[in-house]
Amino acid sequence: MKLWRLLLIPALVLLLGALALGLLHDPKRIPSPLIGKPLPTMTGETLDGRPVDLATAGQGGPMLINVWASWCESCAVEHPVVVEASRRFGDRVAFIGLNYRDERAPGQAWLDQRGNAYRWSFYDPEGRAGLELGIYGVPETFFVAPDGTLLAKHVGPLDAATLRDYLSRLFGVS
Amino acid sequence: MRGLWWVLVVLWLPCAWAETVSEDPRQRQVLEIAEQLRCAVCQNQSVAESQAELALDMRRTIAEQLAAGRSEAEIIAYFRDRYGDFVLMRPPAHGSGAPLWWAPLGLLALAGAGAFFYLRRRIGREGDA
Repeated sequence: MKLWRLLLIPALVLLLGALALGLLHDPKRIPSPLIGKPLPTMTGETLDGRPVDLATAGQGGPMLINVWASWCESCAVEHPVVVEASRRFGDRVAFIGLNYRDERAPGQAWLDQRGNAYRWSFYDPEGRAGLELGIYGVPETFFVAPDGTLLAKHVGPLDAATLRDYLSRLFGVS
Repeated sequence: MRGLWWVLVVLWLPCAWAETVSEDPRQRQVLEIAEQLRCAVCQNQSVAESQAELALDMRRTIAEQLAAGRSEAEIIAYFRDRYGDFVLMRPPAHGSGAPLWWAPLGLLALAGAGAFFYLRRRIGREGDA
């Protein structure tokens, strides 16, 4: 009658498996339920006061939305990477900024000082567009297909290799 | 008797200067919904408890949506559509939350079955002796 022992082994394996799954899970990697869905319509103003809709900013082409703020330390680290990618691929991919919980003057000064990677930046002082996109913080980057479907989301600063990988894999530009 | 009367008057007097407490019923409703939502950037804190900017934004959005006549379920669905099941303080009993609810029951059943066979074997052995 070793049946109870036979039961013990799968139980232990199951428990260890669940533990391993929990330990290997990267707490920063949170899947967005918006992926695979069309970007919601978000009307508002650009940093310099023009009326825009974030959802159609790609104008029928692929689009990258980079969430940034002048108060965000890691955005300053990431920004040169975005500027460089925009210089190389900006004609094929619409680089759009989302100025998150910031003010116009420091935001504009930040861009003047560090280079403007974006066709324009959506001005979101109250974090409304941020909630609409389900963002946790800055920086975050969204990759949007020409038809407006959200393809991927990257949380945290991008490095050059990661950004190039996203652009070639999702949009076929390199 | 007169002395007691004066004591009572003096004791009650401060009440005359007391401010009436008013509570906005909508604020209570906002917090009831916020308690069910996880502050996504905090460690195990609800949107009702957190002072993080994201939680402030979420509470404001809850208030605005209540004012626009949306129901509690609609508002929770709004956040769930954008942040996923992760945003719910109480994980759902189906889908991604299912193991949390059913795994303990499974473990209990397994332990029970183990105990049953173990005890039956012992009883059997004692019967032989």
